[in-house]
Amino acid sequence: MSKDKFTTLKSTAVPIATENIDTDQIIPARFLKATTREGFGDNLFRDWRYDANNQPIADFVLNNPTYSGKVLVGGKNFGCGSSREHAAWAIYDFGFRVVVSSFFADIFKNNALNNGLLPVVVPDSFLKKLFDAISKDPKTLIDVNLPEQTISFNNEKEKFEINIYKKECLINGYDDIDYLLSLTKEIKEFDLTH
Amino acid sequence: MNSEAKTIFEKIWDGHVVKRVAGYPDAVFIDRHFIHEVTSPQAFDGLRKRGIKVFNTSRTTATADHNVPTKDQHLPIKEALSRHQVETLRTNCKEFGVELYDLGHPYQGIVHIIGPELGLTLPGMTIVCGDSHTSTHGAFGSVAFGIGTSEVEQVLATQCILQGKPKTMKIEINGKLGKGVVSKDIILYIISKISASGATGYFVEYGGDAIRSLSMEARMTICNMSIEMGARGGLIAPDDTTFNYIKGRKFAPQGKAFDEAVERWKGLVSDTGAKYDVELKFDAGDIAPMITYGTNPGMGMKVTDRIPTVNELKELSEANSFKKSLEYMGLEQGTALLGKPVDYVFIGSCTNARIEDLRSVAQIVKGKKKAANVEVWVIPGSKQVEAQAKEEGLDKVFEAAGFELRSPGCSACLGMNEDKVPPGKYCISTSNRNFEGRQGPKSRTFLASPLSAAAAAITGKVTDVREIL
Repeated sequence: MSKDKFTTLKSTAVPIATENIDTDQIIPARFLKATTREGFGDNLFRDWRYDANNQPIADFVLNNPTYSGKVLVGGKNFGCGSSREHAAWAIYDFGFRVVVSSFFADIFKNNALNNGLLPVVVPDSFLKKLFDAISKDPKTLIDVNLPEQTISFNNEKEKFEINIYKKECLINGYDDIDYLLSLTKEIKEFDLTH
Repeated sequence: MNSEAKTIFEKIWDGHVVKRVAGYPDAVFIDRHFIHEVTSPQAFDGLRKRGIKVFNTSRTTATADHNVPTKDQHLPIKEALSRHQVETLRTNCKEFGVELYDLGHPYQGIVHIIGPELGLTLPGMTIVCGDSHTSTHGAFGSVAFGIGTSEVEQVLATQCILQGKPKTMKIEINGKLGKGVVSKDIILYIISKISASGATGYFVEYGGDAIRSLSMEARMTICNMSIEMGARGGLIAPDDTTFNYIKGRKFAPQGKAFDEAVERWKGLVSDTGAKYDVELKFDAGDIAPMITYGTNPGMGMKVTDRIPTVNELKELSEANSFKKSLEYMGLEQGTALLGKPVDYVFIGSCTNARIEDLRSVAQIVKGKKKAANVEVWVIPGSKQVEAQAKEEGLDKVFEAAGFELRSPGCSACLGMNEDKVPPGKYCISTSNRNFEGRQGPKSRTFLASPLSAAAAAITGKVTDVREIL
């Protein structure tokens, strides 16, 4: 089933320089009760974004009009914890198309890729420069090129790794089920003999 | 050295690869798929949109656990969204022909507790569930890991998952565990040593004589928290302890078929000379009752230690996150936790809500009363655990101590139902995550073993359980 395609993106970014951002922060469990994929963006980072009276917390970056864009930049070990795909849905639904970090938790990375959200892994030193650049100038443009597997801003440029199959899926808007369904005959044989 | 030598993980993984294409993730066959109400509805919707059925319903088992009340389970769920989610699971299971252990069913419970106790979890299997603590099932010598909802849909549709093969890590614990030190302390100790991301990208095999000496319940606690150091999963090679646990369980092979299965399962060991990408060794004698002080499971220490100071951090770059964490917890760097008053005690979750956990709590509290300042919730992991606890009279022990024994579910581990720790309150919890707001908005969690939680319930404060044993 086709998803949104991704090739290149040029955008400003929203920085959250916290490490170990777990999926409970991205979308708390009490907002996982919906049975569809839509609307989770409203509760993205809910408890960092709103206080107990549902009032926006002014100094949180998503409430700060200085920062905007389709790129989310997070600290090391982004997306750890619960396997909830709702975290990837919430980030996408909010309008992000790329998440940059020096390290992603495995399940989150898969979930992001399965939803057309590109996780870009960069070295710690590059991540630090990126945070510094955004903090100095929130209008800093970040260039992400999936076919070339590069991310750049100002005079900085870095290659990033991505599985070639996942890259093809993102560029063409394919998903894993399309591929697995093409293996139905082999899978049925395996099922009968195991 | 034998170049063909394989780890148990590689034997199981490679034995389940239906298709391997260079550069692609492996198409891995899944023997057992567990589903629950929270991460499955969108997957069933996907099947409907594609017009396809569940590939093999006999390999799929459903239960309601994450979002269910732990009181009055016989009544309709009060909260509308939760009720709708559980009803959606019912409708989906009926429409697609999936076996559901619904509220009220004698087999209902937390998905990672019911799989093993029903004999659905067996050595050598590949097992997935839309829940990160699926790693629990690795205790049986299976390759078990958590997946997202798109992947749940993949497995429902094709009984396969597309997945890159993880690297391998061996963690050995040798020596004798001290008094009051249990499997929860072992895993909290390991995570505190290697951090909340120390095993990301790896599948862990636990070994060593301290692991071998553990019961199945205790092994499940360890494998359960593999994900808390980022591991894709964690497993323990099966042995007689495993086979004795499985024997006679409802869906396990019976009679001659069981004996034959055991012979096969005995081959599920890592070959001599098998290579791991990383090997770590720890001494059981260095492990003490553990407690976490921060907002990720890697922020743990011996209960008698003091919280580190910023200057003592391994990585100075973590200073800001560390300070933010302590501020959230209302704690000061460099101070001790012993004697810190707690408000709630939560005994439950897929980590520590098995019968052995409840027995160990009962052993501590028998003839005693909870401290006046604490509220204590005991949430059995399943209807079968609940029934067994009542048969053994544990419910009476808890009642006399002023503990509340409720009905099975995930409960205050993730605070998705109404079991929430109020803002600013401290909870000593046998669960697996101390993330900000995990047990309710602004709640503060100390992770610990069932023994340590029971001790805190009696004293009303963080306690070294060894002092009351």
